Amino acid sequence: MKELADANQEKQVDALIEASSAANRRSERPAGKSPWPALLAVPLALAMALGQHGFAAANEPPAEAGLYTYFLSGLLVLAIAALALQPIWSGLRKWMLNTCPLIAAAVLVLVGWELVTSVLHLLPLPYFPGPSGVLLSLVNDRDVLFDSTWHSLVLLLGGYTLGVALGLISGICIGWFPHARYWGMPILKIVGPIPATAWIPLAMVLSPSAMFSAIGLIALAVWFPVTMLTASGISNTRASYLDVARTLGGRRAYLIFNVAIPAAMPSIFIGLFMGLGASFLTLVVAETVGVKSGLGWYVSWAQGWAEYGKVYAALLIMAAFFSTIMTALFKVRDHVLAWQKGVIKW
Amino acid sequence: MVDISTERAAKEGSALQVKEVTKDFPSQDRNNVRTLALDEVSFSVGAGEFVSIIGPSACGKSTLLRLIAGLDFPSSGELRVGAEAITGPNAARGLVFQDPNLFPWLTVRRNIQAGLVALGVVREKRHEVDEFIRLVGLEGFADVYPHHLSGGMAQRVALARALITHPKLLLLDEPLGALDAFTRMRMQDEVLRLWQARLTTMLLVTHDIDEAIYMSDRILIMSPRPGRIDRIIAVDIDRPRDRSQPGFLRMRSDILQLLDLAGQGGMGER
Repeated sequence: MKELADANQEKQVDALIEASSAANRRSERPAGKSPWPALLAVPLALAMALGQHGFAAANEPPAEAGLYTYFLSGLLVLAIAALALQPIWSGLRKWMLNTCPLIAAAVLVLVGWELVTSVLHLLPLPYFPGPSGVLLSLVNDRDVLFDSTWHSLVLLLGGYTLGVALGLISGICIGWFPHARYWGMPILKIVGPIPATAWIPLAMVLSPSAMFSAIGLIALAVWFPVTMLTASGISNTRASYLDVARTLGGRRAYLIFNVAIPAAMPSIFIGLFMGLGASFLTLVVAETVGVKSGLGWYVSWAQGWAEYGKVYAALLIMAAFFSTIMTALFKVRDHVLAWQKGVIKW
Repeated sequence: MVDISTERAAKEGSALQVKEVTKDFPSQDRNNVRTLALDEVSFSVGAGEFVSIIGPSACGKSTLLRLIAGLDFPSSGELRVGAEAITGPNAARGLVFQDPNLFPWLTVRRNIQAGLVALGVVREKRHEVDEFIRLVGLEGFADVYPHHLSGGMAQRVALARALITHPKLLLLDEPLGALDAFTRMRMQDEVLRLWQARLTTMLLVTHDIDEAIYMSDRILIMSPRPGRIDRIIAVDIDRPRDRSQPGFLRMRSDILQLLDLAGQGGMGER
């Protein structure tokens, strides 16, 4: 009997190892494929970009052309340095094999952009400046852009935190207590779907400052999806988990906080992601119409002066800003829902 | 073993008394018609006794177990543990389901200590968790999440989780039903070992006749529609039992015959 048990355990350990190595294998490249196309793609694309820019620079203001040349050259130096380091630094090599095709593609997008704007002049100015113009705006206006990003961050985090806190509380109540469900669900169903931005006229009247109204609007935009998905996650908790918890002597607080909420976590995170998307939208709109700072404000201000280079610069910052926050939330989810790894595919 | 448990039963009185318990449910398809799941079921289980309930599916075995666990309430009749009526779930009555129902968001260790957390005594009794992990032979798997476990291992975690609050009565609802034959036989010995080690009264619902004979002091045979207790059989075979011994096989064929009769046209025997 003992031997049987040992053999069984061994089998289980084998299965564990096999499962984890299968997961690793998925992200590896097929063997036998040459690494050089991936490794050389970035330097080649950068060389192409520099060559074309040298041709385009003649028609551009020297400050603009020079800065873009420095930028591309700097990248090329980095790429060559990485290429030199990768034979001795296996971590870097792995990262490069995985990422370099994407970076090269991004550089080629820059090349194409410059081709249709600065070289061939296919798109009308001032609406479509070349990459060098946008880079110059980015560098020249860096102080204002930094300040705007900071203000946006404060608004966003304030509104998002408030909305998530309220959404979790109302979602848990609606999901768990039948009375809260009876009275709360109609409110949720009627008020929730109204886009938060539609409340802007009311928010401006009610709130003492534009800052407060913006935080309130973002919180409202976040509140709805978080409440909805928290409530559905809680009310869909498997009855057998609750039965088990009750036979273990668990009281209501245990059932809610140690069973229903962890069981609802996957659903709650979907709500958090949806709320984050809604908060970005509401942030930009609120900054455009009310608040006198932030990235949304900067975009409409730059547009008012027809400085489209600044508009694109701000859009680039927004892309980096929002995707960083999104990535941060993904990291939190990966940590909290670590137990799901292997249960579902991410 | 039979002697010891009967002695125990005599000393501590009956651990569980079920008196004329009836349970009906609103019918699924027609209104105002109620389906009778249990019809005046009565029996008692002595302290430290191992009793099995067998019967065809839909004979109300699981309903009965839910009533005893306190997860559901009878339409009429009385359920008592010692002198106290059952009014709701209680850590003194553990329940293990066919599906281990481990909390997937907790590691093996945290699943096992869930009952201590629920009772708010985890700080004082944390040392017991390791003891129970050892008891069910899962050293080295304490920090693994449940989906990495095989069916047998998961069920062992479920047993440890149900036992950690030291229940007086452990209700087992076909806990080994989903396991393959070999794992199942090993787990039967495991459950018997736990029973002997912890002096817990056991009430096992199963549809496996061999399992019932191999493990129990007494077997309750139920018949379906409405669920009632057809017969109670005492298993007076010495432990440890041998599944191929003549007495074992005779009892097996007796019960098979009984169940066949119970199946043909219902209550012909009675």
